This record gives sequence, C-alpha cells and structure tokens, in this order.
Amino acid sequence: MDEFTTWDILRNLLLAARWTVLLSLVSFIGGGLVGAALLFARIGSGRIGPSFVKAYVELFQGTPLLMQLFLAFFGLGLFGIDVPAWLAAGVALILWSAAFLTEIWRGCVESIARGQWEASSSLGMGYLQQMRHVILPQALRIAVPPTVGFSVQVVKGTALTSIIGFVELSKAGTIVTNATFEPFTVYGLVALIYFCLCWPLSKSSQILERKLNVAHRNH
Amino acid sequence: MSLIEITEVKKRFGDNEVLKGINIDVAPGEVIAIIGRSGSGKSTLLRCINGLESIDEGSISVAGAQLLPDELHLKALRLKVGMIFQQFNLFPHLTAGRNVMLSQMVVKKTPKAEAEAMAKAMLERVGLGHKFDAYPDQLSGGQQQRVAIARALAMQPIALLCDEITSALDPELVSEVLAVVKELAGEGMTLLMVTHEMRFARDVCSRVVFMHQGRVHEIGKPEDVFANPKTPELQQFLGVTH
Repeated sequence: MDEFTTWDILRNLLLAARWTVLLSLVSFIGGGLVGAALLFARIGSGRIGPSFVKAYVELFQGTPLLMQLFLAFFGLGLFGIDVPAWLAAGVALILWSAAFLTEIWRGCVESIARGQWEASSSLGMGYLQQMRHVILPQALRIAVPPTVGFSVQVVKGTALTSIIGFVELSKAGTIVTNATFEPFTVYGLVALIYFCLCWPLSKSSQILERKLNVAHRNH
Repeated sequence: MSLIEITEVKKRFGDNEVLKGINIDVAPGEVIAIIGRSGSGKSTLLRCINGLESIDEGSISVAGAQLLPDELHLKALRLKVGMIFQQFNLFPHLTAGRNVMLSQMVVKKTPKAEAEAMAKAMLERVGLGHKFDAYPDQLSGGQQQRVAIARALAMQPIALLCDEITSALDPELVSEVLAVVKELAGEGMTLLMVTHEMRFARDVCSRVVFMHQGRVHEIGKPEDVFANPKTPELQQFLGVTH
C-alpha cells in the first residue's frame, strides 16, 4: 500500500481549495449584481417589484441552502436538462447570496433618515438622482461591514456543494480520506484551510465597521 | 396677482381629516407666519405646498406651476419653492459647499465652476463663507440651518417654506437663523413659515394665519391678530385672558 505524506494530502487539498475560492467569488459577485437589481425593485415605488422581491427573499431565506442545491441539480434533470454540478452549484449559490444581500442592503437604505429623501425631493431631484447622489453614498458606508461579513457565509456555504458532487475543498477532503484512511488529519487540514479563508474576511469586516461607523463618520 | 394660490385644500390620513378646506392666497413678497397648536395641520399644509404630501381635494399653484402628482410637475413646482426643515436635513456625507452645489449640478445641470461660485456667494450671504469645506457634523445647529437656507437659495426659488426651522435649535442659536430669515424678508423674498417664535412673527411678518383643527381659524395683520384675537381658541393659544 502506498504511503501518503502530510504534504501529499495538503497539496491535493490546496488544489481543490482553488475551486472553493472560485465558486465563492462567482457566488458573491453574481449574488451582488442580482441582489443590487432586486434592491432597486424592492425599494422602488412600483406595485409588482416590491412584492416579488419580498416573496423571493422569503423563499430563499426560508429553505435550507442544501435543498436549493438539490432542486437546482435534480429539479432541472426532471425536465431532461442535464445540469453539471458546477452549474447547479453556481446558480443556486448566486440566487441564495442575492436574497441575503438584498435584504442586508435594504436595511442599510432604510436606515437613512426620511429627511434625506425629503430634502433632496424638495430640491427637485428625481428618484434615481436621489439614490445616486444622496442615499446610496450614505447607505454604502453602512453596508460595507455586514456585506463583507456575509462573504464568510458564502465561503462556508460552498462546502454544501460537495454533496451534489462538485469537487471543491470538502469533497476533496472526502476523496483524500477514502484513499488515506486518515480522516482526522485530512478534515483537520480542511478546517484549517477554511479558517484561513474566512478569518481575514471576518477580521476585515470588524476593522471596516470600526473605521466607517465610529471615528470620523463623515470624512 | 397672487403668487401662491391655495384653494379648498383637503387632506386625509386614513379617517383623520387634517386639512378641511384651506384657502390662502399669498402675494409676492409677503411673509406669512402660520401658527397653531401641534396637530392643527400647519406643517401638513406647508408640506403639501411643495408636494411632500399629496392632497385629496382642492388645488395649489405657485407662480402658475400646479401641484400634480407626477414627477415632471413636481419638479417644476419644487424649482419655484424651496423648503427648510426643522431637522436641517443636510447631506452628512458632503461638505457645506457640496451640499449647496449638489442640486444645482444634478437638477439644473449647472456647470461645476458656476455652481461653486453660486455656493460661495450663498454661504457668504448667510455668513458662512469660511465654512465651505466643513462637514455638517463640524457645524453647530444654527450653522447647519444656515447652510440649509443657502442650499435652498442656490436654486433661486421665488418662495421659501420654513417648517419650524428654529425648533430644534438651542435657544442661543435661534437668533442667528432668524436674522438670516429677516434679511431675506427685507429683500422681498416670499416666505411661508410655520413658527413658534411669536415675537418674530409680530415683528417681521405681513400676515399671520392661525390654524385650528384643520381650518384657517383667523387670518390678518400681526398687530390685529396678536393684539385683538377674535376667537376664544386664538385667545387661549396666545395665553390672553379677557
């Protein structure tokens, strides 16, 4: 029987971690774009937009991410569409991230005092001008720490995609364990890699929060 | 010829009718004080004039611009009437100068250099030329309110609405804001102000409107209204006992 060194294990895990990083980035950026579009529909004055987004958010926040992944992976298969694991994982995570980011950002926009809307209205600005010049610049400042904080959830969320067969860090951990029979070492290293990805994110979220909200709030 | 025409305006919040048929005509250059208890509808009336609240019945027009609920008409109306708020509502992420420049550039598409010159002139006019680069949270309440006045003036409105603009200020800061308003009145600006500053209303205003339960209860020259209140409600409000 072949012997595996710790380095062999770590090397294989690190190679797979690339896919965790890539999937996280795609989910976060894609979710951000979809989330921004949903945000405008949510806080706009239309009738259909806000209620659609509300239902969307409730659906995605009210069901486990794992079920969403299953539905994306197996659901489309029912219609004879063959969905590769990476596509199902990407789509499900983008839609899931979008739901949470919309909700985070809506809170930030709504925390801006009503007087800011009224003052800019009374000066003759239209909705988009108010958003662009008055509301969003203030809301973004508030939104940065929770948004960066949420990116940690996205990274950890990618672990679930191992179940539909997408080979990222967790799935690689299982595969390597099956070859080496050293689950404790392998999963210990897997956890360590996740920690190295997530810790800087949550730390920077804390630093940003202190920087943007407490000292010199407006400068 | 009236500048502001308020005709039979009614406004309801749910079942609560807060304005029950208001008629006021304001001539150019008039300074009108609106007084009354809280809940009498005076702030609501002011907010209706520039479309921050919609009206249920009646009509409002300012120099020919009708109050209609679509964005185009609202913008035309709001270019004619500026508004100053109790809570100043300066944009906290912008300097005083930028606060005054923003709407000129965004709404009127004024070139930056021109907007900047106008901002400097308007801040100078309210005595804050040296605070161009200060952020709102570096200014006192009185200074913030004066920046808000400069911001409204920079849009060159023909009338200004002032909604309890000194009520959020410490007592010693009230006079610096009122001095600016008095100066504007002297220059012929048309002003409608909801105020609790009775002395100011008496000294500066051309007419006083007393509102009570959603109606104009008494209206007249300040010397008549304050010296000879006709209705018991106004007498009570002014604390006069006969």
